[in-house]
Formats: sequence, structure tokens, C-alpha cells
Amino acid sequence: MTDIQHAGALGRPVAADKPPGLLHNLFVRNLSAKIAATPMVVIVLVVFIGCTLWSVWFSFTDSRALPNGAFIGWEQYERLFAARRWRISATNLLTYGIFSLVFTMVVGFLLAVLMDQKIRFESGFRTIFLYPFALSGIVTGLVWQWIMNPTLGLQSTMRGLGWTNFTFDWITNTDMVLYALMIAGTWHGTGFVMVLMLAGLRGVDEEIWKAARVDGIPTWRTYLQIVLPMMRGVIVTTLVIVGSGLVRTYDLVVALTNGGPGLSSEVPAKYVINYMFNAGNLGQALAASTVMLAAVFVILIPWIVIEFGPKKAR
Amino acid sequence: MATIAATAEPFGPRPRPFFTPARIIIYGIIIVAALYYLLPLYVMIMTSVKGLPEIRLGNIFAPPLEVTFEPWVKAWTSACTGLTCNGLAPGFWNSVKITLPSTVVSVFVAAISGYALVNWRFKGSEFFFTCLLLGSFIPYQVMLYPMVMITRELKIFGTLWAVILVHTVFGMPILTLLFRNYFASLPQELFKAARVDGAGFWRIFFQIMAPMSLPIFAVAIILQVTGIWNDFLFGVVFAGTQNNPMTVQLNNIVNSAQGVREYNVNMAATILTAAVPLTVYFVSGKWFVRGIAAGAVKG
Repeated sequence: MTDIQHAGALGRPVAADKPPGLLHNLFVRNLSAKIAATPMVVIVLVVFIGCTLWSVWFSFTDSRALPNGAFIGWEQYERLFAARRWRISATNLLTYGIFSLVFTMVVGFLLAVLMDQKIRFESGFRTIFLYPFALSGIVTGLVWQWIMNPTLGLQSTMRGLGWTNFTFDWITNTDMVLYALMIAGTWHGTGFVMVLMLAGLRGVDEEIWKAARVDGIPTWRTYLQIVLPMMRGVIVTTLVIVGSGLVRTYDLVVALTNGGPGLSSEVPAKYVINYMFNAGNLGQALAASTVMLAAVFVILIPWIVIEFGPKKAR
Repeated sequence: MATIAATAEPFGPRPRPFFTPARIIIYGIIIVAALYYLLPLYVMIMTSVKGLPEIRLGNIFAPPLEVTFEPWVKAWTSACTGLTCNGLAPGFWNSVKITLPSTVVSVFVAAISGYALVNWRFKGSEFFFTCLLLGSFIPYQVMLYPMVMITRELKIFGTLWAVILVHTVFGMPILTLLFRNYFASLPQELFKAARVDGAGFWRIFFQIMAPMSLPIFAVAIILQVTGIWNDFLFGVVFAGTQNNPMTVQLNNIVNSAQGVREYNVNMAATILTAAVPLTVYFVSGKWFVRGIAAGAVKG
């Protein structure tokens, strides 16, 4: 196996006594392999590394509509953190992100546990819980905008049925709009968490369950103290995916509230797009996106340490 | 729902000694949760077949007194997005024109990369692969402006080609991971035998690897079709107003400030936009689940 791979890797034939026609063939083959890997290498170098470095670099300039500004050090960042709109966006994301993360993980896990009780129509229920995940953020946002609309949606329906004091105006209420966003966001995302958690639960050895039953440990304690710790890998992976997805939250907000009322549901992703393409303040947009990047790294680094660090110890 | 409710009842033709209070509670919770998840779909469908006066008077959960498909026709042919009033139809075709080539190109490029990563390793291939995976976590906003500049330099900004390029680039990490893991699970002997027989890079790929990998191709295609169809950001930024995909048009229709809000038309438009990914989801079933499970498990 290694011989063949080395031939591919080093770009020379396996043995010197092969006829020259084959030698040429091998050269062409290796060329193909290199050509095939070129898109990946180019994407990594140009987009993931190049574009990111470019953005970080130009976040230290005073670029306005075009990226040609002079180097000004940390000024964009000072301006960013002094901007009321950014501070609101960042705190919104923090509130929304932490609540959503906890909520989707807990609800997703509970649903998975329920689905794991050998219930009938499991695939039917799974289909129902997961279908929102197939929809776009725009569709999700618009549907919930309609349901939560106080003059036509749930509130007016309940009032029409006789509860004249029933109030559900979160979507237009400055203090509650983030929770309205959460309702839509968790509706969209819990099915995804459930599927991953269910896969994790199914991966737990049946023997463990038998042993726990023999020892007389109640089911809920088995889940909490034995199964949950065993699923650490799945849980951490899900956390990372959901978490880094939350940092990007964009189209759901655009469709549901468009940042309103006022600035009360603005998020960093919208801040960046707005300054980049509408307000023509590229330096500010790039500084904001660099802060988003840093936030993702804060989520990622512990994961990398947990996932790849202790492997040697194991 | 009727069949589900029927099983929750303790009576019926076949006795079920199975039904303890605990199981009734479990089913109760699951059914309530299922109703909550189904609610928006129900509201969307009901609203889309009502007339406007009925919407203003009735409640959103009430079934329609009079079923009309006019909102659907209007959403498809004459609803106003921005300045034009041609309905969603152009957006639908733009989305098709974006999704088909983007899916084909991105899946092909990722499959070849995954194949090269497993069977034709070269120096630094693992390094590039790790970078690619980490790259999938970078917020798109960070790479957006440089990508705009690159597509401008390539003279494709504002065309479908720019959108196809962007989807290929940002689809690479997850798809390459899928293919790499799948190819790594195939027996190496096959590859070795083919090489001994003198088959080259492409021949082995097209005649041995690809035919054996149809399941993972299905998963990748499902992931890409739904993901690209649902995209909003890249459509807004790269497509140009002529080529706006359906999601962008839908948002323009619903959130346009002027005129009477036609909620029935809006809901019909929303259903129409959701129709493609929902169809993919319901038709592909297990494959969709496998896709997200496989796509989520890194490394």
C-alpha cells in the first residue's frame, strides 16, 4: 500500500526497471492527482487564508467605500466598540446566542431521549421534528413573523376567542423581541440537534443499559450520569456547530424583524453587511467581521483542545 | 395525525398490554411537541388558501371557509418584488439556474479532492485538509468582501457564475470531508488492484470509486441542493438584481413597505419557496438524515 502511495506522492515510478512508456504514464497520473487537488489547495490558500488575512489587515485601515485606506492601527476597533449600534448588536447576539444554545441543546436532547423509548411511528415523528431544518432562515422568519404578528396572529386569535387581555407582542416589543427570535430559531434548529443526539444515544452500548438496570439505577439517572457523559463527543460537536452557526445568524433576523423595532434585534452579521455594502464604511465592516471571527475562535479553541488534545492521553 | 391519536388510546381491535401511564405521558409529550412543530406549516397552508377579507376577520388557525388558489397564482405570476411585478416565477428559475450547476460543480470538485486526499496523498495534503475544515467555521462575512473583489477581477460579479463559484468554495469543507471519509472506508485492495492493472487517476475514479460511492453522492447532492436553494446572503451579494434567487425575491415581496399587505399571497409565496427543499426532504427521507449526521461528524 505504501509503495503505491509513495509513487503517487513523490511523483516517480515505484521501480526503476519499468518500461519507459509506463514511466511516462505514471508521470501523467501524478499530474492528474495534483491537478485534482488544485481547487482545494487554491481555495484554502486564496479564500480561507488569503481573504481572511486580507480582511483582518484592512480592518486596520480607514477604508471607506473602497479598500484603499491608510493604516490607522486600532482606531476602527475603538470606533466599533464606541458605536451604540455595535454594542447593541453584540449584546443581542450574546443574549440570543447563549439562550438559544442552551435551549436547543436541552430541547433537542429531551426530544432524542423521548424518541429513544421504542415508540411507534418514530420515523414519522422524526420527520415532523426535522422538517423545519430543511427550510431557509427566510422562510422560517416569515412564517413566525406572521404567527407572532400581534394584530393578526396568535394574540388577535386568542382575543377573538374571549381572552381579551391575552398579550403576545414579543415581536414588536423592544424588550422581548430577542425571545421572539429565539422561538423561531429553536423551532428551526432543534430537529438537527435531536438527530445528532439520537445518533449518539443509539451509539451507547446496550450492555451499559442492562448493567444499569441490574444495578437498579433509575432510567433518568442512567441518562444523566452514565449516558450523557458517554455522549461527550457528540455533544461537543453539536455545540460547536450550533454555536458557530449562531454567530453567523443573518437571514432569520432579516426576515423576522429586520433588526427592529429600532435596533433591538440587530446582530453583528447585519452590522457587517450594512457597513460593507450600504453605508460604504468598509474599515468599520471589516473590524466588525474580525471581531466575529475572534468570537468563533473562542468557541473553536476549547473544542480543538478537547477533541484533539487528550487523544494521546486516552 | 389520526393514526397517531388512535394508537395513544388504550382501546382498539388489538389489546396492548404495553400501555402504562409512563408511556401515555411519553406519547402525550411527543404528540404535543409534534403539533407545535407542525403549527407553522398548518398556518402557512391555511392562510394561503383564504381570501383577504377572511384573513382580516377570522383567526389564523381557522380552516378556510372558502378555498381559493388565487393567492398562489398571484404569488407565482404577479406579486411585486421591488419595482417589478412578475411574481416569484423568475426567482424560481434563477434559483434553478444557480442550484443545478452549483451542486454539480461543488460535488464533483469535492469528490475529486476527497479521492485525491485518500488515495493520492501528497506532501501537505493533511495540512490543507485541516485548514479547509477550520475554514468552514470562519463567518462568511469575513471573506465576503475579498470574494467580491475576486469575482470582480474575474469579470463574473453580478452573474450566476459568481454565485456558482461562491457556493463551490463554501461547500468544499463539508463535502470534501464526506467524500474523504467515505473513500477511506472503501477497501484499499480495490485501488491497488486497479493500479496494478494500469488504470490511471481518472479511470480509477470514474470506473471504480464513483460507481461504488453512489450513496455518498446522494447525500452530498441532497445537502447541496437544500443548502444552495435556501441561501440568501450569497444570492443578495453576488447574483445581481437580474439573477436574484427565490429567497431574496420572497423577502422583497413580503417585507416591501408599500401597498396593502396580502398575507395570503405572502404565505403562498413562502410555501412556493419552501417547496423544493421540502420535496427533497420528504422524498429523500433517510438520506437527508444521514446527510446531516454524516456532515456533522467531523474528522
